[in-house]
Amino acid sequence: MPTKSKLPTSEGKVLIELKNVDKWYGGFHALKDINLSVRKGEKIVLCGPSGSGKSTLIRCINHLEKIRGGTVTVDGRVMGETAKSVEGVRRDIGMVFQSFNLFPHLRIIDNCSLALRRVKKMPRDEAEKAARKYLDRVHILEQAEKYPAQLSGGQQQRVAIARALCMEPKAMLFDEPTSALDPEMVKEVLDTMIELARDGMTMICVTHEMGFARQVADRVLFMADGEILEEATPQEFFSNPKHERAQAFLGDILGHQ
Amino acid sequence: MHDFGIPEMFFLLQGLKWTVLLTAISFVGGGIIGLAIALARVSRVAIIRRAAATYIALFQGTPLLMQLFVIYYGLALMQFSIDAWLAVSIAYTAHASAFLGDIWRGTIQSLPAGQTEASNALAIGYVSRMRDVILPQALKISLPATIGFAVQLTKGTSLAAIVGFVELARAGQIVSNLLLQPLLVYGIVGVIYFFVCWPMSIFGSAMEKKMSLGR
Repeated sequence: MPTKSKLPTSEGKVLIELKNVDKWYGGFHALKDINLSVRKGEKIVLCGPSGSGKSTLIRCINHLEKIRGGTVTVDGRVMGETAKSVEGVRRDIGMVFQSFNLFPHLRIIDNCSLALRRVKKMPRDEAEKAARKYLDRVHILEQAEKYPAQLSGGQQQRVAIARALCMEPKAMLFDEPTSALDPEMVKEVLDTMIELARDGMTMICVTHEMGFARQVADRVLFMADGEILEEATPQEFFSNPKHERAQAFLGDILGHQ
Repeated sequence: MHDFGIPEMFFLLQGLKWTVLLTAISFVGGGIIGLAIALARVSRVAIIRRAAATYIALFQGTPLLMQLFVIYYGLALMQFSIDAWLAVSIAYTAHASAFLGDIWRGTIQSLPAGQTEASNALAIGYVSRMRDVILPQALKISLPATIGFAVQLTKGTSLAAIVGFVELARAGQIVSNLLLQPLLVYGIVGVIYFFVCWPMSIFGSAMEKKMSLGR
C-alpha cells in the first residue's frame, strides 16, 4: 500500500475550500459550480469584468451572501449550518470593502477595538493596546484619536485593514480595496497589502491592480459570468492568457495602463 | 365677575404642569416601546416585522381622539376601573410609540448597508451591532424629526381634555367659562403653548444645522 506521506510538504494545508458553490439572485445565476481551494499563506487575485461574480464569490466565504448549493469550508469548519459556525468563520476571516465601511461615529481607535471588546470580550485597555499595534503596522497610529471623516480615503482604507487585522484573522478578503480611491492614494493601500502578503497572510483579493497581482499573487483567477474560466500564475496569465474572454479583458484594462 | 389675575394664571400654570408631565410620560414610554417597535420593524423574522407594521398602521391610521375614547371608555366598560391619568398615559404612550417607532425605523434603514456588513464581517453580534454601530448613528440622524414629534406631542396632549383630564387646554376652558373672556384666556393659553414648543423647535433646527455641517 502506498502511503501519502510522500506528498510534497511545500503544500500548506487547505484553509479555505469552496466545493460546487452555486449562488442565485432571484433568477440570476451569480455563481456557477465554483470550486476553489486556498492553502494557508497563499495569495489569490480574482479578476474579471464587472458583474462576473468576483465580489459575490468572496462574500460567500464569510457568509455575507447565502449560497444555494455546495459547501464553504474554512479551516475545517463547514459554514452555514449553525449561527455558531458563521460566527466562527467570521472571526477567522477579515474583510476589507471597496467603500471602507468604517463606523463614522467612532474614533479610529474605537473602530479598531470595538470587535475585540464585544466579540473577544477583551477589556478596553487591552483592546486599545492591540488596536494601536495594528494601527502602527499600517503606519497610521498618529490618527488614532480622529474620526474617519477627518482622514483621506487611503488612510481610511488602511484603518479598515487594521480593523480587520485586530481580530488576528487566518485569512483576509479584499473586495476591490482601491477602486474607490483617488489615484494618488492607491499606492499607500497597495503597499500596505504587499507588506501584509510578505508577512505570510493568506489573502484573496478582488482587484484590477495588475501590478499588484504580478508582484504578490501566487495564482490569478479570471472570472466571467459566474464561472472561473482561467487559473494561472501571474506570469502565465499576463503573458499568455488562454481563454478568449481573458484575452479581451486584459486587452481592455492593460490598454489604458 | 372679575378680571384675569394671579389666581387664574396660577390655575393655568397648574394645567401646564400636567401638560408637561403627560408629555414627558408619553415621550419616555413611547420612546422605550417605540425603540422596540423600530427594532421589530427591521427584524429578519417576517412575522415580527409584520406585527410591528400592523401596530404602526393601527395607531397612525386612527385618530388620537378615537384611541383616547377606546382606551378610556373601553377599559371602563370592560370593568377595569382606571383613572384618567392611567388611561391617557396608556393612550399617548401607544400613540407616541407608533410614530417614534416609524421615525426610527426610517433612519435605521437609511444607514448604508455597509455598516451592517462591516459589523457582520467582524463577527459582531446583533446586540452589539445595534447598540454600538446602528442605533447611535440612526438616533443621531433622527434627532430633528424626533424633536419635531415631541412638539406635536406637547400640543396633542390638549386632546386629553376630552376625557376630563385637566391639563393646560382644559384649565383654559374652565377659566374662560368663569370669566366669560374666551379670547383673552385662550390667547394666553396659546402663548403659553407657544413658549413651551418654540424653544423645542429652535433646538430641533439647531441640531439639524449642526448635523448637516458635521456630515
